[in-house]
Amino acid sequence: MDFKQWNGFKTGEWNQEINVRDFIQKNYTPYVGDSSFLAGITPKTQKLWNEVLELYKKEKESVGGVLDIDNKTISTICSHEAGYIDKDLEEIVGLQTDKPLKRAIIPFGGIRIVEKSCEAYGKKVDDKVEEIFHKYRKTHNDGVFDVYTPDIRAARSSHLITGLPDGYGRGRIIGDYRRVALYGVDILIEEKKKDLDILNTDVFNQEVIREREEISEQIKALAELKVMASKYGFDISIPAKNAKEAIQWLYFGYLGSIKEQNGAAMSIGRNTTFLDIYIERDIKNGILTEEQAQELMDHFVMKLRMVRFLRTPEYNELFSGDPIWVTESIGGQGIDGRTLVTKNSFRILHTLENLGPAPEPNLTVLWSANLPEGFKKYTTGLSIKTSSIQYENDDLMRISLGDDYGIACCVSPMKIGKQMQFFGARANLAKTLLYAINGGRDEISGKQVTPKFSPITSEYLDYDEVMEKLDQMMTYVAKIYIKALNAIHYMHDKYCYEALEMALHDKDIIRTMACGIAGLSVVADSLSAIKYAKVKVIRDETGLAVDYKIEGDFPKYGNDDDSVDQIAVEIVKKFIRKLRKYETYRNSKHTLSILTITSNVVYGKNTGSTPDGRKAGAPFGPGANPLHGRDTNGALAVMNTIAKLPFDSAEDGISYTFSITPNTLGKDENMRISNLVNMLDGYFAQTGHHINVNVFDRSLLEDAMNHPEKYPQLTIRVSGYAVNFTKLTREQQLDVINRTIHEKI
Amino acid sequence: MKDLNYYAKIHSIESFGTVDGPGIRFVIFMQGCHLRCKYCHNRDTLDINAGTYKSLDEIFNKIMKYKNYIYPNGGVTVTGGEPLIQSKLLISLFKKLKEENIHTCIDTSGMFQLTEDIKELLSLTDLVLLDIKHIDPVKCKALVGFSNELELNFAKYLSNNNIPMWIRQVLIPTLTDEKQDLIKLKDFINTLKTVEKVEFLPYHNMGKYKWEELGLKYELDNIPVATQEDVDRAKKIFRRGRSFLKKLFNCLSSITLE
Repeated sequence: MDFKQWNGFKTGEWNQEINVRDFIQKNYTPYVGDSSFLAGITPKTQKLWNEVLELYKKEKESVGGVLDIDNKTISTICSHEAGYIDKDLEEIVGLQTDKPLKRAIIPFGGIRIVEKSCEAYGKKVDDKVEEIFHKYRKTHNDGVFDVYTPDIRAARSSHLITGLPDGYGRGRIIGDYRRVALYGVDILIEEKKKDLDILNTDVFNQEVIREREEISEQIKALAELKVMASKYGFDISIPAKNAKEAIQWLYFGYLGSIKEQNGAAMSIGRNTTFLDIYIERDIKNGILTEEQAQELMDHFVMKLRMVRFLRTPEYNELFSGDPIWVTESIGGQGIDGRTLVTKNSFRILHTLENLGPAPEPNLTVLWSANLPEGFKKYTTGLSIKTSSIQYENDDLMRISLGDDYGIACCVSPMKIGKQMQFFGARANLAKTLLYAINGGRDEISGKQVTPKFSPITSEYLDYDEVMEKLDQMMTYVAKIYIKALNAIHYMHDKYCYEALEMALHDKDIIRTMACGIAGLSVVADSLSAIKYAKVKVIRDETGLAVDYKIEGDFPKYGNDDDSVDQIAVEIVKKFIRKLRKYETYRNSKHTLSILTITSNVVYGKNTGSTPDGRKAGAPFGPGANPLHGRDTNGALAVMNTIAKLPFDSAEDGISYTFSITPNTLGKDENMRISNLVNMLDGYFAQTGHHINVNVFDRSLLEDAMNHPEKYPQLTIRVSGYAVNFTKLTREQQLDVINRTIHEKI
Repeated sequence: MKDLNYYAKIHSIESFGTVDGPGIRFVIFMQGCHLRCKYCHNRDTLDINAGTYKSLDEIFNKIMKYKNYIYPNGGVTVTGGEPLIQSKLLISLFKKLKEENIHTCIDTSGMFQLTEDIKELLSLTDLVLLDIKHIDPVKCKALVGFSNELELNFAKYLSNNNIPMWIRQVLIPTLTDEKQDLIKLKDFINTLKTVEKVEFLPYHNMGKYKWEELGLKYELDNIPVATQEDVDRAKKIFRRGRSFLKKLFNCLSSITLE
C-alpha cells in the first residue's frame, strides 16, 4: 500500500496490513518538556465557543434539559443531512442530527425507552416509527425479554442484579477511529472483504455464518460512513492528507458510531499521540502553526462536548446527568521504554483551559512512574484547577494490555481495535449478603426471590455460618448473572449490532464478559462486624431480618487494616471464581469491575439495612471506596486499602474516587502539585488501578447546590466519570458532599 | 509496664499530612503532654494514661507501607501530644527510618531539659517544628503552665547544632499577637541560625468539642478565632523588621514566612 498522503512517514508493517500501533511507534515524537509551548484560545475558537455556550444555556432552560428531538428520523450512520453550529467558524464539522444539540432517536436497542424519553421531554415518537418498531422490526429489548427466565426476571426486579443493558445500547466498545484517518475507508473495506474470503470455508457452521453476516454488515457500515462524510463535502475513501483531515476523518468515524448506537458508554480511544504525528509533520512542513494546531484540537473537543443522546430521566438519575463517556486515553509509556506523551497530550488537556472545565470528553491520563516530569506537573496542576481528569495505572495495565489499549467508559481497558467487551453492569453483593441471611427473601419486599435457602435463625450472626451461606448465595447470583448477560449480548449482537464500531476492529478479537460488583465495602464491613464485634439480628414478625444491632467495635474497610481489607480481597476473588464456572456467550473471557458511577446511590436506596450498621436506603460507597466516614487514617490509608484489591481478579477496573480540599493538599500551588504527583506515584506503585481526583471546598459545593446558576461548568469526578455538579439530583449532590472530603483540621 | 524502648503510646495516625513538614507526611500523634495549653486543639492527646500501645516494629512496618508516597519528597512527622516525652522509643524508630533514608521531623514545644536521650534523638532528626508558646515568660506560664526558658534554650541548642527548624507561633487574638511580643519574637528568631521558616498558625476553636467530650471547661470561650487579617498583620510586623535586619544579617533573607 502506498499513498501520497503518507509522504514523510516512516514505513513499516503498517504499510502491509492494518496496524495503527506500528504506524505510531515508527513515527511519533516523544515530548519530555513542559507546557510553555502551548497556545491560547484563538478569536475564532472563542467566537464559536460562545455560540455553543449560548446553546448550552438554551438547552438547560428547555424541558428536562433537552433542547430538541428529531422524533421522525431513525438514526443511522447517514440518516441525517449535514448539520452545523456556525459553518464558517468550524474547523471540524459534523453533528449527530441536522442541528446542534438536537437529539436523535435510535430505537434498535428498545423502542419503549425511546417513547418514554420523548414523552418525558414533551414530544411523541412519530407514528410511522412506532409502527415500524412495534409491528415489523424487533429490537434488542424485545429479544431479551423473549428469552429471560423467571429467575432472571426476579433477580432483576428485586435489584439483586442491576443496571443491565437490556433496554438500552450496551456501549463500551471502542472503534479504532484512527484507521479511518490513516487508511481511508476503501482500504478498510478491502481488508474486510479479505476477511470474508477467509470465512468461505468447508465447515459452514453457525459461527462462520454469523461472522460472515457481521462482516457483511461492517462493510455496509463503512460504505455508509463514506456517504455521511460526503454530505459534509469530504471524500474519506482515501487517507487523510494533513492534521486537519486526520482529525476530521477520525471524528467522522466516531460520529458514524454515535449515530448508529446510543451505547451506555461511547468512548473514543487513544488518539492524541496518533494525531500528533500529523500535526508534527504539518508544522515541519510549514503549513500549520502551534496556534492552528491548538485550534484544531479545541474544535475537535468542542464537538465531543456536544454529543447528546436521548435518554429517560430514570436513566439520568442512575448515571447522573447525561453521560456519554467519550473517554480519551492520554499518555502512558511504550513497551520500548519511550514515553507515549507527545505535545498533543498537552494540547488535549489544554482544552480545559481554553474552553474551561467540562466532564466530556472524559480525559483519562495513563500514569506511569516514568512519565515525563513536565507532563506530570501539567496534568496534576490542571486536576487541581478543574477536577476534570482521571488517572489509571499504565504500569499495571501495560503488562497484560501492551501499549495501545484505551479505556472504555471509566475504568475498562481494552486493546484498541483488538478487543471488545460485553458490558454487564453489576451484581449487588450487599443484597446478596442479606439474601444469604434471609434464605433468599428480599429484605424490603419480603418476597422469595431466589429458590428457598435455609435462612439464618440465630439471634447473633456467626461468621462461619454467614460465610457458608454467602458462598451458596454468591454461587446462585453468579449463575443468574451470567445467564442474563448471555441473553442480553446474544440479542444485542442480533438486533442491535455495532456494525461500524466493529468494522474498525480486527477480524479475530478478544471478547470479555464484563461483570461488576456493587457494595463491596458494605459487604467487607458487614463481615468484619460479624467476625470482630457482635451483630444482633432484628427480625420482623415473619422472621425476616430487617435490621442489625452491633455490639462492640470492628475494623473497617478503608484504613489499610488487613483484618478487614483481606475480607474484601477474598470476596472479589471468590466472586470472579464463581462467575468463571459458567459458560459465557461467544466464549468471552470473564472479567470483573468494582465500579459504580453515582449509581451507588440508587443501589443503596434499594437495599435494606446491612450488618455493618448502614441503614436501609443509605447509599453505598462508590466503586471500591469505603463507606462515607468509615476511613479514619487519612487518604493514603484508603489508597493502600483499595490498592490491595487484585487487578488480576478485577481486570475490568477498580475505581476510587478521591476528594480533597485545596488547603489539605498543600499550602500553595507548587506544593499541591508536588504532593499530588507524589501521591499518584505512590498509589500506582502500590498497584492501585484507577483514581478520580476532585479538588474542591465543601463550602463551594454547598453554594453550588443552592445557586446552580453561578456554576454552570463546575465539574466533579465521581467514580471514573466527571459530571456537571449542577446537573446532579439533590440527593446525589448531598452524597458527593458527604462522601469523605479529606479535610484535616 | 511496657518496655518504653520498644512500646509507644499512640493517639492516632494520619497517613496523609501536608502541613507538618515538607511534602507528604506520615503523621504520628503521640499520646501524652506535660503542658496544659489553654488553646490546645488536641486535648484528647494529653493524658499519658490514655491512647494505645504500639510496638516499634508495628509502627515502623506501618510507615513502610507508605514509603512509596513519602519517599523521597516527604517523610515522617511525630507530633501529639508531645513526642519528646517518648524520646527513647523515638530514638529507635528514627534510627530505623534513617536506614531507609526517610526524612524525620518532630513537632514539639521544646519545653524540656536537654537530656542525653533528647540530644541523641535530635541528632537523628532532619527538621524540628518548634512551637514557641509565648516569647514572654510570664504570659507563657499563664497560657501553658510553664515559663518559656526551656524552649528558648531548646531553640538555641538546635541553632548551635545545625538542626533545621521551622518556628511556629499560634496567633491567639489578644493573647499571643500583641505587637511588642511579636517584635520580641522576631528579635529572638534573628539570633538563631537554622530557622528555615516561620509559620503563623491562626488560632481556631475546632478543638473545643474535645474538651467538652472530656468533661473539661474550655477557658478561651471569649477569645475570637484568628482571621486572615490577623495573620497578615503579624507577617507585616515580621517583614517590616526584616528589610532593616536583612542589611545586618544576610542569612535572614532565606527564611520563608508563612
